Amino acid sequence: MSVPGFSGLNKFLLLFALLFLLLPYGWAKEAAPIAEDPEIERRMIALSEDLRCLVCQNESLAGSRADFANDLRREIREQMKANKSDKEIVDFLVARYGDFVLYRPPMKPTTILLWFGPFVFLIIGAIILVVYLKRRRKQIEEPMLSEQQRKQAEALLEESKGNNA
Amino acid sequence: MRFLLPLIAFIVLVGFLLVGLNLNPRQVPSPLIGKPAPEFQLEELHASDKTLTSKDNLGKVWLLNVWASWCVSCREEHPLLVELSKAGIVPVYGLNYKDERDLALQWLRQFGDPYVASARDPEGRTGIEYGVYGVPETYVIDKNGVIRYKQIGPVTVDALQNKILPLVKELQG
Repeated sequence: MSVPGFSGLNKFLLLFALLFLLLPYGWAKEAAPIAEDPEIERRMIALSEDLRCLVCQNESLAGSRADFANDLRREIREQMKANKSDKEIVDFLVARYGDFVLYRPPMKPTTILLWFGPFVFLIIGAIILVVYLKRRRKQIEEPMLSEQQRKQAEALLEESKGNNA
Repeated sequence: MRFLLPLIAFIVLVGFLLVGLNLNPRQVPSPLIGKPAPEFQLEELHASDKTLTSKDNLGKVWLLNVWASWCVSCREEHPLLVELSKAGIVPVYGLNYKDERDLALQWLRQFGDPYVASARDPEGRTGIEYGVYGVPETYVIDKNGVIRYKQIGPVTVDALQNKILPLVKELQG
């Protein structure tokens, strides 16, 4: 396709000018501010660090890039803007997703083993250690030879000395 | 005797690990079971001038199936839902979760529409109310509007035959 009245050079210049005209559209969008209120953002991140992202499970809600985590962060942000306390927000999430969203499980009859199990094992370990050490000390304290055996040994040594001389 | 105690401890540990291996970490028990289904008032997928509410079905046992056109495992369960809807045992409603209307409608045309109606939840807000985190999810809701069962992930033949349908029959009875 050629435009009448344009030489090769003119065409080139026209294209060049068009390129500049399009330049502003090529610029990347500036990153949108995450939240208008940095205070809320700080609170939201602090709170969501202790919450589990249910989709990715081993990531916190604060660190997850999953779409689902994004939605929950939005929800937390909105509730904070509505002046809800951290506890109210956590209760809201627990009511819908269960204790599993919490990285720190609450103390309940069903979680007693979880909370105190490690201490029970620690105590069992300590008892085994003490018993073992006591038994070992007794073994060391017990003389290896009885008085009679010692005398016998001495006599044998004396005897061998006499023989060598 | 010297080896008996460590052996017992080892066997107990292996037992715990075996049980742990067979648990599915995705099966997070929903705290919503036995609680009233969260209320919603959403636009209907096929007719944007209509609204669907959670109260429309009071007095009926119904299923709420959370689905989306972007959800791969939804395709897996979809033929089962279509069959279930044809059998007419229990009405299935859809919650079209974080989806675009056109894509959702196209998806239903392609794979069949088992839903009496689908409510649109484009921002996933109703999803949060229902504790949705892995699409698809299916809720069994009783005549009083109480959630009785939640299937996380695709509905399987096994889940349908052994859990969902017996429960539906019991609740309808």
